[in-house]
Amino acid sequence: MLRRLLLLPTLAATLLTSCTEAPKQAARLPIMGERDVVPRADGGPADTVYAAVPAFRLTDQFGQVLTNQSFAGRAYVADFFFATCPGICPKMQAELLKVYKQFGQKPELAFLSHTIDPAHDSIPVLRDYAERLGVGTARNWHFATTGAHGEPTARDTVFQLAQAYFTAALPDKQAPGGFAHNGTFALVDDQGHIRGLYDSLNPKEVARLLQELPILLAEVDGRRKGVARK
Amino acid sequence: MTLRSSLPFAALLLLLPGCFSNNRHQGEKLYAQHCSGCHGDEGQGLGRLIPPLAGADYLTDHRAELPCLLRNGQREVIIVNGVAYHNVMPGNKALSPAQLTNLLNFIETHWGNSASPRTIREVEQQLDACRVP
Repeated sequence: MLRRLLLLPTLAATLLTSCTEAPKQAARLPIMGERDVVPRADGGPADTVYAAVPAFRLTDQFGQVLTNQSFAGRAYVADFFFATCPGICPKMQAELLKVYKQFGQKPELAFLSHTIDPAHDSIPVLRDYAERLGVGTARNWHFATTGAHGEPTARDTVFQLAQAYFTAALPDKQAPGGFAHNGTFALVDDQGHIRGLYDSLNPKEVARLLQELPILLAEVDGRRKGVARK
Repeated sequence: MTLRSSLPFAALLLLLPGCFSNNRHQGEKLYAQHCSGCHGDEGQGLGRLIPPLAGADYLTDHRAELPCLLRNGQREVIIVNGVAYHNVMPGNKALSPAQLTNLLNFIETHWGNSASPRTIREVEQQLDACRVP
């Protein structure tokens, strides 16, 4: 009798977990970062405001200005690198190139690689880098700088931006190439929310990005169709 | 009697693995640790940013210079299989002549490369002749 009583909760637990686990497959990707609950002026139910990528203004390898609006209606994968980086960047960009080869044809997806060395990585350097990586003609993979016009604050601006994408980047004389940074890929949705963070140096994490990208693209696609219908 | 005579033999068996254990795959391990991040798991390189090691003519054409190149790094434009690469390669002063020998022997006998093996003595002599960077 006692044994049967003990069995019951176990059985219930197994049933419950099987119930809660099943829908996970179709689940939406989470939204990363802090969220705010903002009371509404009209006294209605409070709004939840999710963290989003802050306003930015960049210039890419073609001299084209990029702002948050440039990615409206599209998701994008963001990372931080520099052209002369002898450390983790080649590995990181090689991994992003794999993602690009698989998803680069999707109109609802773009790629955005920020240089953290704007003093060296001028627009011609960025264009040369893209060509050498083998994506010289790609219009949807942007290699972008915060310092196209020699802005003295360019480096601070990109470091702050890196933080917003949950990537650590800072000058470090000990690090190879003079900058310490980690190889995070941030997956950003069409509304500027970060929906996934992946360590590019870990093959399992890159595999997870490849798995989760279609989930987000389906969501973005749904919104694009909704807009088109209106 | 049999027990006593077999004792030294047993001791020898116990000691033997110590002679071989770690260094056997040292070249491969060093490659994974220090080189594969840029040159790739298969020595494939990366576009025209990082030169390949697999099937690279530079390895055979500049064989004697490679120990110095690994130790002191590479700052000038380097032409590999007809393509010019201008990225800087950091050197590694911490690797011993024996480690450099194992590393080069690994690189030079994988991914289609088939150079004859180097000896530590040969590598030591080449390192002594390095131009001061």
